Amino acid sequence: MSTASTTDARDKRGKAPAGERVADWADGRLGIYSLAKANMRKIFPDHWSFMLGEVCMYSFIIIILTGVYLTLFFHPSMNEVEYHGPYVPLQGQLMSEAFNSTMHISFEVRGGLLIRQIHHWAALVFLAGMFVHMMRVFFTGAFRKPREVNWLFGFLLFVLGMFTGFTGYSLPDDLLSGTGVRFMEGAVLSVPIVGTYLSFFLFGGEFPGGDFVARFYSVHILLLPGIMLGLMVAHLILVFYHKHTQFAGPGKTNNNVVGMPLLPVYMAKAGGFFFLVFGVIAIISAIATINPIWTIGPYRPDQVSTGAQPDWYMGFSEGLIRVMPGWEINFWGHTLVLGVFIPLVIFPLVLVAIAVYPFIESWVTGDKREHHILDRPRNAPTRTAFGVAWITWYMVLLIGGGNDLWATHFHLSINAITWFVRIAFFVAPVVAFIITKRICLGLQRRDRDKILHGRETGIIKRLPHGEFIEVHEPLSQEQLHTLTAHEQYKPAEIGPAVDENGVARKITRREKLRAKLSKGYYSEDNQILKPTVEEYKEITSGHGHH
Amino acid sequence: MSSQDIPEENLPAEQGDAHGAVKVADEENPFSDPGLPPHEHRIQDIDERAAKRSERTVALLFTVSMLSTIAFIASYVAIPVDKAIYVWPIGHISALNFALGVTLGLALFCIGAGAVHWARTLMSDVEVADERHPIEASPEVKAKVLADFKQGAKESAIGRRKLIRNTMLGAVAMVPLSGVVLLRDLGPLPGTKLRHTTWAKGKKLVNMNTGEPLRPADVAVGSLTFAMPDGLSEEDHDFQKNIAKDALMIVRIQPDNIKSKKSLEWGHEGILAYSKICTHVGCPISLYEQQTHHVLCPCHQSTFDLADAGQVIFGPAGHALPQLRITVGEDGYLEALSDFEEPVGPAFWERG
Repeated sequence: MSTASTTDARDKRGKAPAGERVADWADGRLGIYSLAKANMRKIFPDHWSFMLGEVCMYSFIIIILTGVYLTLFFHPSMNEVEYHGPYVPLQGQLMSEAFNSTMHISFEVRGGLLIRQIHHWAALVFLAGMFVHMMRVFFTGAFRKPREVNWLFGFLLFVLGMFTGFTGYSLPDDLLSGTGVRFMEGAVLSVPIVGTYLSFFLFGGEFPGGDFVARFYSVHILLLPGIMLGLMVAHLILVFYHKHTQFAGPGKTNNNVVGMPLLPVYMAKAGGFFFLVFGVIAIISAIATINPIWTIGPYRPDQVSTGAQPDWYMGFSEGLIRVMPGWEINFWGHTLVLGVFIPLVIFPLVLVAIAVYPFIESWVTGDKREHHILDRPRNAPTRTAFGVAWITWYMVLLIGGGNDLWATHFHLSINAITWFVRIAFFVAPVVAFIITKRICLGLQRRDRDKILHGRETGIIKRLPHGEFIEVHEPLSQEQLHTLTAHEQYKPAEIGPAVDENGVARKITRREKLRAKLSKGYYSEDNQILKPTVEEYKEITSGHGHH
Repeated sequence: MSSQDIPEENLPAEQGDAHGAVKVADEENPFSDPGLPPHEHRIQDIDERAAKRSERTVALLFTVSMLSTIAFIASYVAIPVDKAIYVWPIGHISALNFALGVTLGLALFCIGAGAVHWARTLMSDVEVADERHPIEASPEVKAKVLADFKQGAKESAIGRRKLIRNTMLGAVAMVPLSGVVLLRDLGPLPGTKLRHTTWAKGKKLVNMNTGEPLRPADVAVGSLTFAMPDGLSEEDHDFQKNIAKDALMIVRIQPDNIKSKKSLEWGHEGILAYSKICTHVGCPISLYEQQTHHVLCPCHQSTFDLADAGQVIFGPAGHALPQLRITVGEDGYLEALSDFEEPVGPAFWERG
């Protein structure tokens, strides 16, 4: 019956427009109207830092597009061929087909070099974008419930991105990347008991063998990007499902999301931003050469160039391997290669340290509520200090990874830099932690002053008796609300030592540790209590100007 | 354009409070949320001429993009792939790469700039609030799901028929083993392959650069020469694999300056042959300081003293560089007395 009546209505108006008919067809099969109802006018808040994740997504798309193009010309083979291309200095040289085809892409395929450079530059931007995006999420507390799983998805994307990058830049089989692969082989060999077997299985025999380019190729173009694509889609679905976080401000609560709709504003802004990112990377690739394999030459295990560096995101692992003392323990006919194996173990631990932080914090706070309002970094001094300590740790290792470049560019002793990194590896994060916490507390005090005494106007007033004072202007309610919107936890207490029946209860180590950590986070020395309404009223009503 | 040009009726109503003047609306709780601030009009919202100007800017950007795409195609057709040009301040670069990259970059960037300008100036910038709903399901939903699950589990009888459950778990746990077994043929077993190189008694030392066998006179004091075993050729199928272990560094040090007696004995009149492969993670070592007889690996800066049995004096390497015993054969050429006594290159579990 209802079908008949709608048909009648249609007939009166004539046929529906073509677009609507296509949409109807799709809706009948895919249910797109229900999907669009929830998402087409979805509200997204605006803040410059929210575009960092977009940079990652777009550079990933650029990498996939350009990567597909490169597979059309690249030969993932280690068969030795003689070079007969147009690049004169390498003519007659023996090289693998992988290197030869990369030369072909760079010198004979029109636009091939551009696509290669866009691919590589986009990879660097992708990893840098993920790093900064992750720090944005970390410092604003956007990882808190309900977003912990999405934090882990993002973390996995970062780690997989590192390995996709490594397997990618190893493919041309040039002298620089081959040296990196050799380093990887040495690291694999250091694994106790199974290291040699792993290495032989990985390389199909002794290094370098004739297999690794083909094997890296399938890992680089299929296995890892496939997993990453899945993770990225899941990451985005969760962003939509959770709705975006926002900073505190007038009208913004934990139960709403204030901003502008996806259609049209973010469709245009975010869609346009894809083209901006792509455009900038294309122009960088036009003017800045990256990985000029023709000046590096094909790989030979007995040759090397100075200043050998991995891409930046692998630099911290390079730092670990460079500054580690060469410990080796020989016993019962076996060798424990600690000098290489310890860095190999610390490498994932550095990354895991930041990945597990959200779970530690939620254990300390015991907070089971959802959080959609972002923290200003100063209002979470311990978290911010931890994050800065971690970045410092990472940067110290990056310095270690480039110790030769620091030595040559700044005329320093390489031994001194190495020793600096060895010490700073332990000391610098602690120092950074303490300093950052002091700065956060200072900023909290300043906010407190601003709330209670108003904004410094820079106007100096001379009182009748000669005293000079600076005029302070009280804040508006919008500003007062924004500065006091954050919640402050109270340190967790260890419960009473006797239970309700008066029986002595065992206080576990876990409880003690939690109470101690909680005190470190939230005691009065570790956060500045925000002013109460009473304090505000007392000061503002009491002696007006101050 | 100044605000005087805006027609009177398009101007927003004058605001009661001048900017910065303070009035706390909520006397009870001055910290409470005052709610969303009123929307502030952009010039494009109130002046159609400004909006027109924005429209023209956006259209111009899109047009530049189109022109850039045409320029891209023209460059692709017109510029030879091997042409180099000088671009200040970059230097000499491929003309085609430069032209294609800049035109493609502009074509893309202008689309983005146009879209963003459109969104920022012409689309509504009124902030709207959407409600959030808790992610957690309501207790009723949870109860229903748990009941459904229990019902399903009960109907499957997985809890009651333990034999089925256990055999199923066993089967599912075992089946991936086939996949693991299949990985076995990824490579041969190591055996003792890492312990041996091509070097053997009587193998001549051949200069890596000239391909000629070396005589003691060819090696001057203070020089560094790279060598490989006679019979190894770049054309060989397994050249890369062999040279990864066979590569040698040959130095000549005044015998008085050689600190290690073993080193002196294993060489010939101060000519010492060391493995070129770093004992850290296998980079070829190539930086020689002839005054101190130190070699430095450029990858991770392990430093070895060639005058003292290749001992590590700095850096992350864990043990000394293996030395090859050499002598002079009857025909006057340098030759090996045996293979290396210990494995070359990075350490591994079975090295001992």
